[in-house]
Amino acid sequence: MNFNAANQTMSDISSPEPGRTERQHWMAVLARAGAGDIAARLADCPALPDFRRLRGPETGLVMVRGRQGGGGAAFNLGEMTVTRCTVRTECGRTGHAYVAGRDARQAELAALVDALLQDPVRAPTLRRTVIEPLADAQRARRAQTVRKAAATQVQFFTLATMRT
Amino acid sequence: MAYVAVKGGERAIDNAHAWLAEERRGDVAVPELGIDQISGQLGRAVDRAMGEGSLYDRDLAALAIKQAQGDLIEAAFLLRAYRTTLPRFAHSLPVETAGMTVKRRISAVFKDLPGGQLLGPTYDYTHRLLDFTLTAAGAAPPAVPEQVATDAAGEMPRVHDILGHEGLMEADLPSDSVPGDLTREPLSFPAPRDVRLQALARGDEGFLLALGYSTQRGWGGTHPFAGEIRAGAVSVEIEPAELGFAIDIGDIELTECQMVNQFKGSKIVPPQFTRGYGLVFGASERKAMSMALVDRAMRAEELGEDVVAPAQNVEFVLYHSDNIEATGFVEHLKLPHYVDFQSELETVRRMRAEVEAGTQPAEAAE
Repeated sequence: MNFNAANQTMSDISSPEPGRTERQHWMAVLARAGAGDIAARLADCPALPDFRRLRGPETGLVMVRGRQGGGGAAFNLGEMTVTRCTVRTECGRTGHAYVAGRDARQAELAALVDALLQDPVRAPTLRRTVIEPLADAQRARRAQTVRKAAATQVQFFTLATMRT
Repeated sequence: MAYVAVKGGERAIDNAHAWLAEERRGDVAVPELGIDQISGQLGRAVDRAMGEGSLYDRDLAALAIKQAQGDLIEAAFLLRAYRTTLPRFAHSLPVETAGMTVKRRISAVFKDLPGGQLLGPTYDYTHRLLDFTLTAAGAAPPAVPEQVATDAAGEMPRVHDILGHEGLMEADLPSDSVPGDLTREPLSFPAPRDVRLQALARGDEGFLLALGYSTQRGWGGTHPFAGEIRAGAVSVEIEPAELGFAIDIGDIELTECQMVNQFKGSKIVPPQFTRGYGLVFGASERKAMSMALVDRAMRAEELGEDVVAPAQNVEFVLYHSDNIEATGFVEHLKLPHYVDFQSELETVRRMRAEVEAGTQPAEAAE
């Protein structure tokens, strides 16, 4: 299995942030999507192939690191829960997922979609019906946070002094 | 002295726990609290339990708070116990707080900094008057105003980067060294700054608040300014071996504080500003600020300052900052000490008899 080849075949995907590959982009989107949302999107896709679990879904920990002073050497901040899953489809493609939290179904669906997106035949449909709508919803949520924060920006003005 | 096992408390313990469960539930005519209600409506309590429990999981923290009847140290204890049941899959790449989706970002040193002063959902400027409208359930909160972000939004340079190019602000020194981990190796001294920051991040908010306050009142004063406080979501990335590249596993909410401190310089370092750093899970500004004050105070020796105050004493701070450990040792005093006490009782009786008989004690009591 060649991840780079998979990435190249989908170079028409327009959404990834700078510095991210297509696969990194869809994995980030799936990590932030609820199991119900992924499942609802998959329901609009053509019949899915059978797959089997190679590992998990299982919940464990990631030690989150920060940087001393914000930009210096690393330190261990504390742990977070994460759930991972690896599946193989009947076409022999392997999908991985690591998602924050303890939702086993989300991890399994994310791994399945990761496997399916590596199939150049299925990818365009999945991208359109699953990844792009989920990414749009996440972008909209983030944009709303930014707009709410912007509304709390302090607009300083200077009072005229007696000396002017 | 032999340890004497005492049996007979089992039924009492079972009955006590049954009563505890009843008290936890309260009046059954009142609807039971849901985990989603706690995580959604008691967010600051959840943040504190996650921080001191050193485990980021909002639902687990909410469950712990419910189980502990709102006792946040007990809730943190439950989270610490739970984490021991889980395997560790990975450590993350260091989170980039410069790329945070900011809900709040303020600086007390620069008024017009790029990106602006964003107040976010803060308790500052509230009048601290009890709001009795909250006793009437059902009213939806008012709509939150939104505003299209100005050009600078999204550009949130860190304040120390603004002064850094003049050389007036101590620079961060990146390093590839593997940080120490208190969950794997016990604390030892001298404790490097990475270990100190880990201990502070999971330390008790009240303890750190008091110590930070003590530095302001002259016990190891460092003339601090809140250079920058920011809170919001950062993405967490790990690099699983089976993939060989970094993947983003989701967001966590953090609060970061950069405390800027006057520094008169030393033989080898010119006068400049030094910094204390605070980074905590969730929206916990008080804790992040306290952490930054104490972090800076504990750098006294490194910066050639006299170590005279409790907050500057690394051993004192780190040995007492963990409220789970502190709880264990303080509360163990209520466990049976019948035999120890019997022996002390004998000793005191003997000493008393000797004093009353007008003789010197034969030997010092242990």
